[in-house]
Amino acid sequence: MPRTLPLRLQFSDFGVVGILAFVAAVVPALNLLTSPESALHVSTFTVTLLGKYLCYALLALAVDLVWGYGGILTLGHGAFFALGGYAMGMYLMRQIGDRGVYGNPILPDFMVFLNWQDLPWYWWGSSSFPFAMILVVVVPGLLALVFGWFAFRSRVTGVYLSIITQALTYALLLAFFRNDMGFGGNNGLTDFKDIVGFDLHADATRAALLAVTATILGAAYIGCRAISASRLGRIVVAIRDAEDRARFLGYRVEHFKLWIFVVSAILAGIAGALYVPQVGIINPSEFSPLNSIEIVIWVAVGGRGSLYGAILGAVLVNFAKTQFTGLFPEAWLFVLGGLFVLATLFLPRGVVGIRRPSWAR
Amino acid sequence: MGKMNDGPMNVAAPGMETKPVADAAAAAAADLLHGAILYLDGITVSFDGFHALDDLSLDIERGELRCIIGPNGAGKSTMMDVVTGKTRPDVGEAYFDRQFDLLKMSETDIVKAGIGRKFQKPTVFEQLPVVVNLELAMRAKKGVWATLMVRLNGEQRDRIDAVLATIGLIDCRHQHAGALSHGQKQWLEIGMLLMQEPQLMLIDEPAAGMTHQEVERTAELLVSLAGERSVVVVEHDMDFVRSIARRVTVLHEGRVLADGSMDTVQNDPKVLEVYLGS
Repeated sequence: MPRTLPLRLQFSDFGVVGILAFVAAVVPALNLLTSPESALHVSTFTVTLLGKYLCYALLALAVDLVWGYGGILTLGHGAFFALGGYAMGMYLMRQIGDRGVYGNPILPDFMVFLNWQDLPWYWWGSSSFPFAMILVVVVPGLLALVFGWFAFRSRVTGVYLSIITQALTYALLLAFFRNDMGFGGNNGLTDFKDIVGFDLHADATRAALLAVTATILGAAYIGCRAISASRLGRIVVAIRDAEDRARFLGYRVEHFKLWIFVVSAILAGIAGALYVPQVGIINPSEFSPLNSIEIVIWVAVGGRGSLYGAILGAVLVNFAKTQFTGLFPEAWLFVLGGLFVLATLFLPRGVVGIRRPSWAR
Repeated sequence: MGKMNDGPMNVAAPGMETKPVADAAAAAAADLLHGAILYLDGITVSFDGFHALDDLSLDIERGELRCIIGPNGAGKSTMMDVVTGKTRPDVGEAYFDRQFDLLKMSETDIVKAGIGRKFQKPTVFEQLPVVVNLELAMRAKKGVWATLMVRLNGEQRDRIDAVLATIGLIDCRHQHAGALSHGQKQWLEIGMLLMQEPQLMLIDEPAAGMTHQEVERTAELLVSLAGERSVVVVEHDMDFVRSIARRVTVLHEGRVLADGSMDTVQNDPKVLEVYLGS
C-alpha cells in the first residue's frame, strides 16, 4: 500500500499557495528594496498588518478543520492561540535579558516588581528558542488532548461542547489575569527586544516574520487539504453527518474527534506564536471568550468546510475591522454581529459559496 | 422478477444440514450453543420498570434469513440494540459465533467481530459520494493513523465495484449520497453493510418508504445475501415478510410469542389476537 498522502491539487490550492508565495516573496521585497517615495513601496505598517491577518488566517484554518469538517463548534480556540502566544512571549521576555527596566539578567521585569527571587520552574528553558518552539506545539496540543479526551469520551456534543469550550477559555482568562500565575498578570508579556538575535523593530525582521508566517500558513493549508482528502478526513466528515453510523462502521469516533481537535489546537498555537512577535504583546485579553467567537464568524463569513474560505474570511473580516474601528470604533461589534447574521441567513456557504465558476470547481 | 427458486437458503429448518462451515471441532463447540451464529438467552432490559425485553431467548442459525415481526413496542429495536452493544441488558446471555460474549464487548468491537446493522431510517453519509460511503464501510484498519495514510488498492476498488453492481448504484457512484432517492439510500446502506463483510446482518425495516418495485428488488437482494451470511430482518410490511422469510419470529411485549413458518405463525391464535387480528 503506498504510504503517500492522497492529495490531488485543485485550482483553489494553486490560488492559495500562489497568493501566499507572492506575499512571502514579493511584499517583503517591496518593503525593503524600494524607497518610501516609490509607488510600489509597501510600508512596514502594512507588512505587520498583513502578518497579523495571516496569523488570524492560520487560526481560522484551524477552526475550519475542526468545525467545518469535524462539525465540532469550538468557541474556545482563542485559548490555544493565546497559549501558543504565551509560549513565544516567554522566550521573547527572556531575550530582553538585562535590558529591562530593572536590569535583571534572569528575571523578567514583572517578576522583579513582584519581588520574586527565582524563576518559576515553568519558565525553565524558556530562553532557548528550540525549547520555546516545542512548548508552542506541546502546550496547546496537550491541553486539547486532555480536554478533548474528557469531552469526547463523555460524548459531549453540539451546543454543550461549545459552552464548555467557552468555559475553558474563560477559566484561562481568569487564571492568566492573576499575578501569581507568573505570566505578567493583566499586563501580560511585552517590551520585546529581539528574536533569535534579530531586532524586532527592524524592517527586515518584520518583513522576514511576514514571509515566515505566509510560508507556514501555506504549508498548514496544504497539510489541512491533505488531511481533508485522506480517508481520515472523509471519516471526520462522516462523523459530523452521522456519528452513530460511523460508530457502527467500526470507527472509534472519539479518537477521530480527538485527533482533529488536537491537530487544530496545535495549528492555533502556532498561529499565536507567530502573532506575538509581530504585534509585540500577549496579554490575558487574548483568552477572552469574545475572541473565540470572532474566529467562528470569520470562518462562517468566508465559508466553512473549504479551508480557503476560512483564510479569506479571516482576512476580509479583519481588514473590515481595521477600516471600521478607524472610522466608527463603537459600531464595530454591531457590524460584526450583523455580518454573522447576514452570512448565516444569506450566505450559508460563505463568501466562497456565492458563485463558483465552472472552471474552478 | 422476484421469484426465489432454490437459492442457498433452504437452511431455516431446525436441525439443518449445515454446510462444510461446521467441521467436527466446531460442531463439538457448537453443541453448547446449538450451532447458532447468534444466541440470546434470558435477556431482560427494563427502562424505569418497563420491560422492553422480558426474558427473551432467540437463536439465529448460520446462513439463515430470519424475519422478526411484532407490534410497536414489542422490543424489536431493543433486541437489535442489545446485539450491537448499544443497550446493555439487566440479565441474560448473548453470544455471537459461539465465541464472542456480546455483553462484554464495545460497539466497535462487535462490528469488528462481524455484526453489521442497518438502521430503520436510512443513514448514509449524505455529504460524501456513494463510492466514499462504501469505502468507509469497507473492512479495513480503522485506526486514526492508519486511515490518514491509506489509499484504495486495486482489489478494494474491485470489491467496491462489485458491491455497487449488487445494489444497483453503479451509475450514481460519484453522486453525493444525499442526492439519492429514499430507496437508493436504503440500498446504499445495505451495500455499506456488505462492505463490512459481516457474518450477521441486522436490517431494520428495509422496505419502509419504498415503492413497490423497490420493495421487490430489496426482497431479491436480501434473499441473495442469505446463505453465505445470516440475515435478520425486522419488518412491518407483511407482504414483504411473506416474500422473503423462511422462518418468522413474532415478538410481543419483549418475549417470543410465536416462531415458525409464515403460515404457522399467521394461523397461530395468539398471534392473531395481538398482532394480525388487531
